[in-house]
This record gives sequence, structure tokens and C-alpha cells, in this order.
Amino acid sequence: MTDAPTLLLRDLRLAFRGYTGVTEVLHGISLHIRAGERVALVGESGSGKSVTARIVLGLLQDQRGARITGQVRVEGRDLAAMSRRARVALRGRRMSMIFQDPTSALNPVYRIGTQFTEVLRRADPAITERAARARAAALLDEVAIHDPARVLDAYAFQLSGGMNQRVMIAMALANNPALLIADEPGTALDVTVQAQTLGLMRRMVADHGAAVLFISHNLGVVREFADRVYVIYKGRIVEHGPTAALFDTPRHAYTRALMAAVPRITGGGIPDLPERDDAFAAPMELHPGVAEPEAT
Amino acid sequence: MPPLLRLILWRLGTSLIVLIGVSMLIFAIARVIPGDPARIALGANATAEQVEALRARLNLDEPIVVQYGIFLRDLARGDLGVSLYTNRPVTADIAQFLPATMELIVVAGLMMVLIGLPLGALAARYRNSWVDSTIRVISLLGVSAPSFVWAVILMLLFAYFLPIFPIAGRISEAMAVPRVTGFMLIDTLLAGRFDAFRNAAAHLALPAFALALSGIGQAARLTRANMIETYDKPYIEMAQSYGFSERKIARSYAFRPSLIPSLTIIGLDFAAMLGNAFLVEAVFAWPGLSRYGVEVILRKDLNGIVGTVLVISALFLIVNMIIDILLAYINPRIRHSTRPS
Ligand SMILES: Nc1ncnc2c1ncn2[C@@H]1O[C@H](COP(=O)(O)OP(=O)(O)OP(=O)(O)O)[C@@H](O)[C@H]1O
Ligand SMILES: [Mg+2]
Repeated sequence: MTDAPTLLLRDLRLAFRGYTGVTEVLHGISLHIRAGERVALVGESGSGKSVTARIVLGLLQDQRGARITGQVRVEGRDLAAMSRRARVALRGRRMSMIFQDPTSALNPVYRIGTQFTEVLRRADPAITERAARARAAALLDEVAIHDPARVLDAYAFQLSGGMNQRVMIAMALANNPALLIADEPGTALDVTVQAQTLGLMRRMVADHGAAVLFISHNLGVVREFADRVYVIYKGRIVEHGPTAALFDTPRHAYTRALMAAVPRITGGGIPDLPERDDAFAAPMELHPGVAEPEAT
Repeated sequence: MPPLLRLILWRLGTSLIVLIGVSMLIFAIARVIPGDPARIALGANATAEQVEALRARLNLDEPIVVQYGIFLRDLARGDLGVSLYTNRPVTADIAQFLPATMELIVVAGLMMVLIGLPLGALAARYRNSWVDSTIRVISLLGVSAPSFVWAVILMLLFAYFLPIFPIAGRISEAMAVPRVTGFMLIDTLLAGRFDAFRNAAAHLALPAFALALSGIGQAARLTRANMIETYDKPYIEMAQSYGFSERKIARSYAFRPSLIPSLTIIGLDFAAMLGNAFLVEAVFAWPGLSRYGVEVILRKDLNGIVGTVLVISALFLIVNMIIDILLAYINPRIRHSTRPS
């Protein structure tokens, strides 16, 4: 059990049933993340990154109209084989998520301190107000917020975006989860703040021993942060490998197109792609030494 | 100064200005409607001298500005003049009739909030299910007819065909209790008469519900729409990603932020209730301010008209002030308009 990867996706498929019929969104995603590893999932808008994250958290499983097949294993446990209750129990304890826009992801009508307490109660339902506050203050100190009392008594709208970002990172790691999912963290913030929080996140996940699924469409950021990279394109993984190898010798045509878009770090994204190109239909590119582990 | 206190003072100040404006307006309007109040009060048989004497007693022979000055001077002493309709001080009339109207409106307002908001929240939490559909039909029904129509329908159904509730009045003759506050529900309890309390509550049920129905529908529809919008907000997804229970998310993450726009509208609905109460009171023979209001207007009883309008306006302003304070309490953006130091 101990050598089971923190996250394992095997042939994950997702389709949405709608009024107009069935839309397939994921066509068999396989990926794995080992304990303490930082793995990026990169792809353009609409390629299926966020839905993958939502499935890992077990959120899409509860949505009517979403049809999910394939395996999702968190620390070796198959989500599909678990009760809904057991799936919910993982959230906020064994895994947590940080969101794109920190200010709108924090509750507008509760103080940061109150929200922190609720998060800490997920792992320790009996924690007292006072103990929770002390713990929250210590966590804020870890993310370089040195006047925790002020921040804990504030509402999200009273703090800057960068400050909220750090609060969210501290919250996400408060219960020492095995897996942290970061869905385009900080893209709503300006570039310097983004770079700062990235460094902070790197240190925090190392300190708390969390593995990371880092979702982004920005290869520049990914190169800074990730140990390994999966490239997703239209619901399929088209290439994966260690960050350095992938950046040195991108093999898939889509990866090369993504890279061509890197200089525009703040946005814009990917230039027009020659989608009819045969190269896009090529099978998954695999860099040496990172083959998917056999399904367990 | 704490922001909440500042808000209250500010609202008190603006309310006062509004009240002064209203008093000037109604003072002038009451005096320009055709008809001589003294003649109407004394009847066709009175002599010209008698009419003249009454006009002088009412200061009607003075210029209107002087009359207003006298009115303000009396008002400062809590004197609204004598009603030509009842021959009593207007303040005594209002003290007699206002509690009945207020009791009706307060209970209807509570129904609106305590039934409408939860219905809307329930519909949003179980959206697109049968629960939602049922609630949507009910609330659509509520807003689809004015309250006096509901008053007639409810009276026919639940007092006439199915005599569950009393048909009119505030309390049964046999149950009468001594008047202390004028609020029947309170006075019966003060008298320690629970049977009388139940009797008064039964009398209150239909008129209050008729008055509340459209507000309930309005509040439910609005709360549902707001909450469904709130459910799409990132902070809901964040709450879900932390595994908070659906119940907790519905209650404290989706409901409370949705309450902010709902409450604003509820304040306006409440104001509409003040108007609708007049018709509902007429249907249920409710001895409130409405009958008095209609009588004083028909008789061009100047002091009665001005007094009634002022009291209703003050009531309206107070309700809106309470809503504003509640809003400030719920919405930290209002309460903390500045960054903490
Ligand atoms: N609840 C849903 N019902 C139907 N289709 C959905 C739903 N959620 C997502 N999709 C579709 O799934 C596809 C993938 O969406 P997803 O949000 O995962 O993209 P993404 O890779 O995160 O893009 P972005 O970079 O813009 O965030 C999109 O085409 C989207 O329209
Ligand atoms: Mg996304």
C-alpha cells in the first residue's frame, strides 16, 4: 500500500449527457503522481484539465448527467468503489484544491479566521476556537503573513489578491493533505505576484509533504514548478515526460505549438494550430523512464 | 465612530428630512382639495357664523405658511390637532387604530420572511427536482393575484365553506381582554389568557396570510434565483472541495450571500404591504387605521389626514431602516466600508 502512487488515473473517460446528446470530454486519461511529486497537466482551454481535477476530488461523480468510467485511485483507494460519504471524507483531509482567483474563491461573508476554523475542523472536528486560531496564525506565518491577527479578522475583499492567494495556500495545506490540486493558481493575479506565490507554494508543499497536480496552460510557469509534465489535448494525454526532457525535445506537434506560445506568459495563449496536421493524430509521446505504472 | 452607528445616525437624519418633506406635501395637498372642511364637519344646517367660527378655531383663515408653522409648533408638543370626524385628538385616534394595523403587517412580514426565504432556499438546493417545481408553482400563484383577491378567496375557502377560521374581526366578543398595548397577541398574553391568545391568532391568520402571500411568492422566487446564481460562485466550489456538507454549504455558503439582494426587495414589498393592508382590512372588517384613513379623507378632516399619512410614512421609514441595518449586519462590505487598521 505504501508504494501506491498518491494519485493514479487509468483510462479515465468522461461524457456529459445533455439535451442534445452525449458529449465526450475525456477520452481515456492515464496519469500518476507519486508521493511528494509535482506534476503538471498542461493544455489549452477546454482540453479537460478542470474536469479532471473535479473528478479527482470526487465532485463530478455527484453531478447528474456526468458519466465517468476508468479508475481514479487516491493513495491506492479506488474512488468508484467508495461510498459517497467516504469520498467526501477525503476532501479537505487527504486532498485539497487551490483556485484560480483567490479573492472570489474565499467566502465573501465570513472572516478569514472563521473559514480557517471550518477547514481545520475537517481534520479535527473537536478543535476549539482558540486552538484553531493559533494553528491558523502559525500557518499564515508559514506563508510569510506576519500580522496574522489582522488577516484572520479580515474579509477576503479587504485583502489584496496576493494576500488571499497566500491565505488559500495556507488553508489548502492546513490539514497536511497527500495531494494538492492547483487549478491555474494565480492566473488572475499579476505576473510578479504569481511568481512569488509559485515560489511560496513550492516551499509549502515540500514542508507539508504534499504531492501536487498543477494545472496550467502556461508552459513558462510549468517549467519553473513541475518535476514532470503531462500534455493534454482535447481530452487525451498526447505527451508526457520529465520537465527538462520535455522542454529539450518536445516530440508531439501540439507540445511544440504550446511552446511557441510561451513568451506570452500573461495570457493570450496558443496561436492558431494546424489542427488538420497528421502529427496531431500521432499516438502519445513518451519520454524514457516515465512509463505509466501498471494498473494495480 | 463605528460604521453601524454612523449608518443608523445617517438613516435617522435622512428619515427626518423625508418626514418633513412628506408633512409639507400632505399639508398642502389636504388644503387644496376642493371642499371646506368646516362646512363638511358642521353639516348643511350650520349657519355661516358657525362655519366661520370653526374656520377660525382651525386657523384656516391664516395664510398656509402660518398654518404650517402652527402645525409644527403643535407637533413638537406631540399634538396633531383634533379630528373633526371623531372629535378626539388625532393622536388618540392613531393610538387606537394603529396597533391593529401594525399587528397585521408585522405578522404578515414575518410570514413573508419565515416562509418565503426558506421556500426559495429549498427550491434552490433541490433545483430542477419536484421540490423545486412545486415551490415554483406555489410562488407563482402567490404573486399572480393582489392581496385583496387572496383575502376574498381565503375568506370564502377557510372561513365560509370550511369554517376553520373566524370570518372577521380581531377577537371573539367573549374573549375580550383589557387593552394594554393594543396588540391583541400581546394583550391576551399579558392577561394570561392563552385561550384568548389562540382566538386572536386565529382571527389574525387569514388576513395576515392574504397580505403576505404575494410577498412570500416574491421572496421565494428571488431567493431561489439568487441562490442558484450563488451556487455557481467559486467559493461554493471551494467549499465543496473541502468536503463541507451539502447542508452547511446551502445554509452558510449559498443562503447568506443570497439574502443580501432578497432583503432589499423584501423591504420594498413591506412598503407595498402598508398599502395593501387597507384593502385587506376592509375585507376582514379589521378595525385598523385603514377605515379611519378612508373616513378622514372622505370628510376632509385635515388633521386626521395629515396625522394618518405621517404615521404611515414614519412606519415605512422605520421598516426600511431596520432592513438597512440587517443588510449591513449580513453584508460585511457595508459594515466594514474601510479596511481594518
Ligand atoms: N458540467 C458540464 N457539462 C457539460 N460540459 C462540460 C461541463 N463541464 C465542462 N464541460 C466541458 O468539458 C470541456 C473541458 O472543460 P474544462 O473546464 O475541463 O476545460 P479546461 O481544460 O479546464 O479549460 P480552461 O483552461 O479554460 O479552464 C469543455 O469543453 C467544457 O465545455
Ligand atoms: Mg479550467
